[in-house]
Amino acid sequence: MTTSTPLDQSLLYPSPLKEFWQAFAHNTGALGGLAFMILLVFCALFAPWVAPHDPSEQYRDFLLTPPVWLDGGQWQFLLGTDELGRDLLSRLIHGARLSLLIGLASVVLSLIPGILLGLVAGFFPRLLGPGIMRLMDIMLALPSLLLAVAIVAILGPGLINTIFAIAIVSLPSYVRLTRAAVMGELNRDYVTAAQLAGANLPRLMFVTVLPNCMAPLIVQATLSFSSAILDAAALGFLGLGVQPPTPEWGTMLASARDYIERAWWVVSLPGLAILLSVLAINLMGDGLRDALDPKLKNAQ
Amino acid sequence: MLSFIARRLGLLIPTFFGVTLLTFALIRLIPGDPVEVMMGERRVDPEMHAQAMERLGLNKPLYQQYFDYIGQLASGNLGESLRSRESVWNEFLTLFPATVELALAALLFAGTLGLIAGVVAALKRGTPLDHGVMSIALTGYSMPIFWWGLLLIMFFSVGLGWTPVSGRIDLLYDIPPVTGFMLIDTLLSDEPGAFVDALRHLILPAIVLGTIPLAVIARMTRSAMLEVLREDYIRTARAKGLSPTRVVFVHGLRNALIPVLTVFGLQVGTLLAGAVLTETIFSWPGIGKWLIEAIGARDYPVVQNGILLIACLVILVNFTVDILYGLANPRIRHQK
Repeated sequence: MTTSTPLDQSLLYPSPLKEFWQAFAHNTGALGGLAFMILLVFCALFAPWVAPHDPSEQYRDFLLTPPVWLDGGQWQFLLGTDELGRDLLSRLIHGARLSLLIGLASVVLSLIPGILLGLVAGFFPRLLGPGIMRLMDIMLALPSLLLAVAIVAILGPGLINTIFAIAIVSLPSYVRLTRAAVMGELNRDYVTAAQLAGANLPRLMFVTVLPNCMAPLIVQATLSFSSAILDAAALGFLGLGVQPPTPEWGTMLASARDYIERAWWVVSLPGLAILLSVLAINLMGDGLRDALDPKLKNAQ
Repeated sequence: MLSFIARRLGLLIPTFFGVTLLTFALIRLIPGDPVEVMMGERRVDPEMHAQAMERLGLNKPLYQQYFDYIGQLASGNLGESLRSRESVWNEFLTLFPATVELALAALLFAGTLGLIAGVVAALKRGTPLDHGVMSIALTGYSMPIFWWGLLLIMFFSVGLGWTPVSGRIDLLYDIPPVTGFMLIDTLLSDEPGAFVDALRHLILPAIVLGTIPLAVIARMTRSAMLEVLREDYIRTARAKGLSPTRVVFVHGLRNALIPVLTVFGLQVGTLLAGAVLTETIFSWPGIGKWLIEAIGARDYPVVQNGILLIACLVILVNFTVDILYGLANPRIRHQK
């Protein structure tokens, strides 16, 4: 029998991507966060062209120039200059590069081993699981920032070490999440079916089970991206992160502390950049969670 | 219940040894020569170098060093600070009350305000008030608290002159440390106005440290309340004609509090990490500032065992929360 009647499009199940986007776009906060992130990523990628000045160029005649809308503001320095006469806007734009780089690199560096360890712990709950989970418990015994501080105290401050410290710190949450999701999936019929069909272990792990565990992992990756930016800034602020004169937001705040009575802009603006970026990512994370994983809705 | 506690204790011991392994490794993973790093100079005289290696026990095989370390810990010897020559344990004990005082004040601030905000948002669900409260909560949750502290200092201390910029109490007052808690010690002393002064020093750091817990508690209270308000027993309570206040607070909030209390426990780690930043900003003489200064000065005994002490504290608090949760919820207790 051939069907000649045209299919009613509205009865078709929407593609997963479209369905996801509809759920995500429903959340205005998440859309706002996404818009801000796109702007930030654009600034970060094209920093040398977007920034009006070189971030380390010192304009000695314009020390602590206020932003343009205040008395004494200069049009060439839209957001003013810092204590060495460097253009604040340019430093903030270049700082976005560093923050996003640290966030992205540390998420990737912890997501991949985290998933692997979580899969192993989930697939071998008697043999390897307890050992891996104990190790993660030990790492969780220290608050994340303190553990990062300890790691940096060993390795020494700097960009690469900051990334490593934050990646190590966020590892346990990925391992625990992956393991929990894997253990939930392993009892399902489709896994048994794949086993009976002769799928080998790597195939079972990566092709059969892992894709079904991705939703909470994506949400977690977003959240740990924002906490990576916060922790990197905190390390920079404590003098243990990226070192001056590199325009990292936390490092900029640390050197601005001495001018708290005279120049509010050098103190306020780097922090505002951190807050807005973290807020934007968290808003996106909330939207992603609601769109990907309705079970987690309202959960902390 | 006893078997539940025993099982949790059994989990505690390997975690504790793991943490000692971490702090043991800490001092030995420093790149370069540990003696040179600790003395802060290059090319130390070979004889002194050998002596220092001997004194620190670094010339023995690794496993021997670890057993020595555990033996020292077991006999209560946490080493002494390279800077002050004071024992690490004594330094910790004198500074710890300051951190506890700050953390308790922060938790009080966060708990009261967070519960109120969460309940109000849940009751007014979907209204602009709910959206406003939740937006503020998310902003608080995203706050870089070291910046938040600087902003508050800039506004209230420098701009308005309402609160002092740093420290626990004005240098004018000479308060003998009795309990280590400044608020109590000032009350015990006869210095007039000292208590108020101590309180003024405490307000801003407590607000800064309490901001993230406040946001977490507000979000958690709201979602727990929303869950509870849907329950049948709430409808029954309403149907029997109880006053709305009684329904919300006695029937609703009491049941919503269980998940919120666990969040309280989980915030201890956040508070200790936040204390590092808050104490650095406000020059608050607690263990967070102590640890950061020790790292800056390469005072490795303090760094090593300070981290160990903080980790043990977090482990113990989590253990207590686990036990309390087991008491409140039999389902957890009987989980294998």
